[in-house]
Amino acid sequence: MATVVDPAKPKAKGLMGWIDERLPVSDFVRDHLTGYYAPKNFNFWYYFGSLALVVFVLQIFTGIFLTMHYKPSELAAFDSVEYIMREVEYGWLIRYMHSTGASAFFIMVYLHMTRAFLYGSYKRPRELLWLIGMLIYVALMAEAFMGYVLPWGNMSFWGAQVIVNLFGTIPVVGPGLVEWIRGDFGIADATLNRFFSFHVIAIPFALAMLIVLHLAALHTTGSNNPDGIEIKKNKDKNGIPVDGIPFHPYYTVKDIVGVGVFLTLFAIVVFFVPTLGGLFLEPPNFEPANALSTPLHIAPVWYFTAFYAILRAVPDQQFGALLMALAVVAFFFMPWLDRAKNNSMRYRGMVSKAHLGMFFITFIVLSYLGLQPAEGIYVLLARIFTALCFAYFLLLPFISKADGNGPVPERVTYHAH
Amino acid sequence: MRTKIVLLAAALAATHGLASFAAVGIPGEWQHWQAEVEINNLASRQRGARNFVAYCSGCHSVKYLRYSRLAKDLDISTEQLEQFLLPPGAKASDYMTTSMPAADAATWFGIAPPDLSLITRSKGADHVYRFMKTFYVDPSTPSGVNNLALEGTAMPHVLASLQGLQTAVFRNEEHRGEGGKPVTVKAWEKFQLDVPGTLSEAEYDLFVGDLINFLQYAGEPAQVTRQKLGVWVVLFLLVFTSLAYFLKREYWRDVR
Repeated sequence: MATVVDPAKPKAKGLMGWIDERLPVSDFVRDHLTGYYAPKNFNFWYYFGSLALVVFVLQIFTGIFLTMHYKPSELAAFDSVEYIMREVEYGWLIRYMHSTGASAFFIMVYLHMTRAFLYGSYKRPRELLWLIGMLIYVALMAEAFMGYVLPWGNMSFWGAQVIVNLFGTIPVVGPGLVEWIRGDFGIADATLNRFFSFHVIAIPFALAMLIVLHLAALHTTGSNNPDGIEIKKNKDKNGIPVDGIPFHPYYTVKDIVGVGVFLTLFAIVVFFVPTLGGLFLEPPNFEPANALSTPLHIAPVWYFTAFYAILRAVPDQQFGALLMALAVVAFFFMPWLDRAKNNSMRYRGMVSKAHLGMFFITFIVLSYLGLQPAEGIYVLLARIFTALCFAYFLLLPFISKADGNGPVPERVTYHAH
Repeated sequence: MRTKIVLLAAALAATHGLASFAAVGIPGEWQHWQAEVEINNLASRQRGARNFVAYCSGCHSVKYLRYSRLAKDLDISTEQLEQFLLPPGAKASDYMTTSMPAADAATWFGIAPPDLSLITRSKGADHVYRFMKTFYVDPSTPSGVNNLALEGTAMPHVLASLQGLQTAVFRNEEHRGEGGKPVTVKAWEKFQLDVPGTLSEAEYDLFVGDLINFLQYAGEPAQVTRQKLGVWVVLFLLVFTSLAYFLKREYWRDVR
């Protein structure tokens, strides 16, 4: 039943023709939707890019409405959030969508990255696509951190204290840098104001531009797929990849199903368990910021806890901060650390699969440890898994070189429904 | 896969919840007492509001809650509101503040009594329950009582006339400390009711339960609406998703 627009379609007439002479709307739609050919064998893991975009849009929209009522001042911030929760019509809904959206954004991004690890999507020729994606991830971390400070709860305050102080471990410039970031001698009104400015203008703007670049790079190289083979190598007489299908309507209609499932789960959290037992909204943050009362355990929200566990695993704070930064930086080098001939894990050996599986487990365990108090057995475990985390990156060049060269199929694996 | 993720999230949530409310203070069975929260029990919330105004609001504010909102959400008529809940001179649109000046309170008690709008959200309903149940006679404190859930609390046992006055019986427990050395830990064994109050133990339990239901409501007045609306939103999304699924299947018939 589907009708697909022929990419070689003649010029439009009437109003569309008038517009096309002045703005290449039809060309854009053809190049990026109806005439953009994506591999037909995308699986479960390919939903999360479009879903991350959906969450981004949700965050922008809910953020606009929150900004109408939120007051970035150390005297009024906490009260204004409660005002939104209680007095603004559906303010509670907007706020919970935004706070749940923050966690949802990271869940989507982590699953999206998992896909890249499974199928080698960062490998040549998609190195820039990966690097831009990593910049999005780092920008998202900054966005989430600063957003978390805005409600000015006690965990906002102490979280900001811990994270900003990390910059103080940088030799020579550290202490001055911390003061410059805070705009004061402590986390204070000036800090809150600048974080607000970054959270609502600078970083969302940067994120939007990076997302455009990410998509531009994707549409230049074309999508990878679960088999990790280039569909462009196999074209028909019209120059169309035989294993490709037009993004629209096939993947738009498929992604809408993904959006439906996602929104259902999202709504269950927003309406029934908005704090998710303290994981999405931490209990100490329902107390106003108090410089005289430190929460029992200072822990960031779950999406940072893997890195937080690495930070705390090291007794020396300076070295801990360095290791934590290295753990983020290591991801940027994936395209060059992975020296396998094949992209996809499907056509690599058991050693490669076990190596990657261990890394996923390591990341999850570190995330768990970062939520626990740094005492007893947790400290030892954090050290072991920090070592395992770095072992993944250090061993990858050798394992991938030796164990990533099995035979790959000519055509993608696809079973018609 | 999806179920695994949900399970993992639930497991993380559970352990994290425990970690955040990790009980401190004198160990004992009281640390496992749990409040029975019934947020949909309207009568209980109404009683809780009445009792809060009668016993607590002299010192503790619920400064983010308006009397009018309380009346609307808890099905309290204007007459009842004015007769039983509104302090003299207050308007229905006023927030539930306290008449005790914070500076004076700090002088009298050493610390100003905290606002309780969000107490069940920041400390958890169980903590409030344990706090209300574990006052015991301790002549060494200015108020003459101490509390297991919040040791050294400045708060006197305001509900002593209802619960009565109890003394705590402690025992010494031998634990293995650092390096295997035995350490003696003071542990709570039980309470002894010295002076009975006007309520039986079961009645006092219900009284505290009503207060907690009220405070749970006050922590997020929209929560009942939220859950009711949520059912419809989720139902709509399920219908939407199934339609989207059939549409997708129809399109993908062509893909060979």
